[in-house]
Amino acid sequence: MNDQAETGGQRVRFYQTGTHTVGNRLMDAATRTVQSSIDRSNAITSGHRACQGCGEALGARYALDAAMRAAGGRMVAVNATGCLEVFTTPYPETSWQIAWLHSVFGNAPAVATGVAAAMRATGRTDVRVVAQGGDGGTTDIGFGCLSGMFERNDDVLYICYDNEAYMNTGVQRSSATPAFARTATTPAVGPHPGNVFGTGKNLPRIAMAHEIPYVATASVADLHDLEAKVTRAMAIGGARYIHIMVPCPLGWGSASQDTIKLARLAVESGLFPLFEAEHGDVTAVKTIRHQVPVEAYLRPQKRFAHLFREGHEDHQTLAAIQAMADANIRRYGLLGEGKA
Amino acid sequence: MNDAVKPFAITLDPGSSKLNHTGSWRTERPVYVDKLPPCNNQCPAGENIQGWLFEAESGDYEAAWQILMRDNPMPAVMGRVCYHSCETACNRAKLDEAVSIHAVERFLGDYAIEKGLRPAVSADPSGKRVLVIGAGPSGLSAAYHLTRMGHAVTIREAGPMAGGMMRFGIPKYRLPRAVLDAEIARILDMGVTLELNTKVTDIEAAFAEGFDAIFAAVGAHLAKRIDIPAHAAGRILDAVSLLEQVETGAAPALGRRVIVYGGGNTAMDVARSARRLGAEEAMIVYRRSRKEMPAHEFEAREAEDEGVLIHWLRTIKEIDETRFTVEKMLIDAEGRPQPTGEFETLEADTLILALGQDVDTSFLTRVAGVEIAKDGVVGVDARMMTGRAGLFAGGDMVPAERTVTVGIGHGKKAARHIDAWLRGAAYGASERHPLAEFEGLNTWYYDDAPRSVQAELAMVRRQTSFDEVVEGLTEDTALYEARRCLSCGNCFECDNCFGVCPDNAVIKLGPGNRFRIDYDFCKGCGLCAAECPCGAIQMVPEIG
Ligand SMILES: Cc1cc2nc3c(=O)[nH]c(=O)nc-3n(C[C@H](O)[C@H](O)[C@H](O)COP(=O)(O)OP(=O)(O)OC[C@H]3O[C@@H](n4cnc5c(N)ncnc54)[C@H](O)[C@@H]3O)c2cc1C
Ligand SMILES: Cc1ncc(C[n+]2csc(CCOP(=O)(O)OP(=O)(O)O)c2C)c(N)n1
Ligand code: SF4
Ligand code: SF4
Ligand SMILES: [Mg+2]
Repeated sequence: MNDQAETGGQRVRFYQTGTHTVGNRLMDAATRTVQSSIDRSNAITSGHRACQGCGEALGARYALDAAMRAAGGRMVAVNATGCLEVFTTPYPETSWQIAWLHSVFGNAPAVATGVAAAMRATGRTDVRVVAQGGDGGTTDIGFGCLSGMFERNDDVLYICYDNEAYMNTGVQRSSATPAFARTATTPAVGPHPGNVFGTGKNLPRIAMAHEIPYVATASVADLHDLEAKVTRAMAIGGARYIHIMVPCPLGWGSASQDTIKLARLAVESGLFPLFEAEHGDVTAVKTIRHQVPVEAYLRPQKRFAHLFREGHEDHQTLAAIQAMADANIRRYGLLGEGKA
Repeated sequence: MNDAVKPFAITLDPGSSKLNHTGSWRTERPVYVDKLPPCNNQCPAGENIQGWLFEAESGDYEAAWQILMRDNPMPAVMGRVCYHSCETACNRAKLDEAVSIHAVERFLGDYAIEKGLRPAVSADPSGKRVLVIGAGPSGLSAAYHLTRMGHAVTIREAGPMAGGMMRFGIPKYRLPRAVLDAEIARILDMGVTLELNTKVTDIEAAFAEGFDAIFAAVGAHLAKRIDIPAHAAGRILDAVSLLEQVETGAAPALGRRVIVYGGGNTAMDVARSARRLGAEEAMIVYRRSRKEMPAHEFEAREAEDEGVLIHWLRTIKEIDETRFTVEKMLIDAEGRPQPTGEFETLEADTLILALGQDVDTSFLTRVAGVEIAKDGVVGVDARMMTGRAGLFAGGDMVPAERTVTVGIGHGKKAARHIDAWLRGAAYGASERHPLAEFEGLNTWYYDDAPRSVQAELAMVRRQTSFDEVVEGLTEDTALYEARRCLSCGNCFECDNCFGVCPDNAVIKLGPGNRFRIDYDFCKGCGLCAAECPCGAIQMVPEIG
């Protein structure tokens, strides 16, 4: 009937919203998400200073609560500098309800390696280590430490919350900023407005090139998938990497209530493919449920407003972005078996 | 620690960010609402369809049935004969196909009959007596609701059995009598007195007997006639009388070829019955086209499937024994049929007139204050009361669409007003919630699920027997179908709001208790409202 997981004892395998919603009263408790449980750890509690509708605050709680459940609560989280760190810990308050550690902007992978080594040295091998940072902290300044952590296969799960720019300091371009996006350092002026096409790096693929045990991409728009990936990663030893797309209303110029919608459209357009890779090879992809043109994703964001100026729509650029989505669809087989 | 020995910048003790009430950032606040689902809004019997589907989704069929029974005492009948305008309104139709509401209703109705379920009744006796005239759907519904409210009800019925047009109009192949009997018996078992073969002819005498109020629902049974020039008329019957004779086993032989004149549901039913009674050819002659016919499309289709031939745009001009001269018609700009002067002939042994029915209001003519229109329908006010205080009326005899469902709805509505009137009060209908529009749903969350199909009886048996044509759903299919409901505008506890709040400002209250917003921390981002699949959260501006 559908793509639902078969659940014990229930004959009719159709559940109205299936696993698309956070919970589902019609499904067995075991198949609902960690987030649907009143017992979730709420790694980041209320009162934090993230903007209204912040995808990073949401993505971090999603990932860390799942990791906490997988680790049975025995876990240390290391944080690079960035919004996540700043909005959770304005002196002297903290939103963290888990063991948490911040050092500086560029060294989170190295600090996490150290924490893992300390745990080993003190015989606390039951304690798992998670490191996390924004896209700037991960793809730029922390990149050297991260590559080393991968190369040594240190026992750390590194999670990148990708909001596609240096948001905490006022929306500067990072090497994860998408082509044509307007940022404070790539203004929408001149003959080629926005971020330069053909620049930037694809960190999940770079991580795969290190042939570490596990690499995955995830989205705040697909909670079941995100939690499954975190849970999977927590069950594996060695270096693991998860790259989560987290829309930023401030930096993207989007409405606060559109955060999940935009994350969903990024996936459904093919611009942000969801996949898993083991030891360098893609092992699973999440297929697109209802394909949309890239325009549906781009139009609600002010950082792409220069593509949609009344009467001067930049069809050429839109076509270039659509071609990027189409290339992803082909590369990962996002429309499913045998469809391009 | 002594402040003096604390190094710079850590002189404050750490605290939780919960000290920071981010609720002060808000310009809009999310509020949980219950909107009116379009199905409920449409149902002529005022059913809480979304409400009973919600229970059915979890497999609690008894709870679902009890909710259904608050509004409609005959779900098994209704799931078979109702024209389900709810499904035309259903939001799911805009997604793929409407929920098969009638099929789930029928499943619940049959389930209750099989399990012998009884409606939950708790009212204390009021000491008031109400007379109901006519045991059709409207009268039965009024009797049921009045009994639930604690009044003593007597139904007087002119005919030999209860059911009205459900028994003497709607053929068995659409409504098996065991189903009808079971649902009528359940109403009578609640303590309703039924007096059969008792035609009421004097309203004032009935009041004088001591009834505190009267509800009249005598239907519309007088067949309309027309004059057709006939040199030597063959056999001419009227549809309602024939259907009644079929029911009592007294139907006359119809001959090989039958013409039915009319384009309503009665025409379809009588033509289909004629096939089953052995007519080799059953034709319908109707003066307009398919688009204008009063019958529903599916009724015409089912008739045609069984071999009924429909001659659209034809009027009968002349009859000469078995020769029928018919004139071709054209539909003009106003949608009216106009003669063309072109003629054809048809051959038939019997003509059956199915041209509609009028109300027999002879029992009301002497009642002061009662308004009777030229076409026989009786005027009622917003309370369903006629011009005679205490005399209420509903169903086919008042101006409204003539269906079982409307009749049942009138019975409920009249019962509420009679109850209020008996207590010397006015019935205050609860405020209508705003409509749950399709645009308010986030349909991405719903699984793709095609509508389930009801199996049909093999064609040979459809043409030769009165066995039920359309089959019911199995339990599995009914459960599946119930779960296709989008729960428009009413929380179904999917936990989305609880999950998607970046500020943990949604409090989950546990199964059946839904959620609450923690306004100390809600920043008003609107994610919960945007991601609620069914549109049960609304953002409202903060004032001040
Ligand atoms: C062939 C046919 C098929 C139909 N199919 C459908 C269908 O599929 N779906 C649908 O929704 N509707 C259908 N209808 C319409 C539907 O049956 C009627 O609208 C409905 O039955 C009206 O209910 P009622 O209670 O007002 O009147 P009725 O059902 O006509 O009942 C009135 C009752 O009052 C009794 N009565 C009359 N005068 C007196 C008196 N003076 N004293 C005591 N008793 C009296 C009559 O004997 C009768 O039992 C159909 C109608 C016909 C004729
Ligand atoms: C070495 C160093 N350089 C610069 C900064 C200033 N700084 C703090 S946060 C930040 C941007 C973080 O961007 P990103 O890692 O993408 O995280 P985001 O805020 O977008 O979540 C910068 C540049 C710093 N703290 N340390
Ligand atoms: S700037 Fe962006 S990432 Fe930072 S708190 Fe605001 S929404 Fe979140
Ligand atoms: S989806 Fe459900 S609640 Fe919505 S209109 Fe259809 S039956 Fe009613
Ligand atoms: Mg960033």
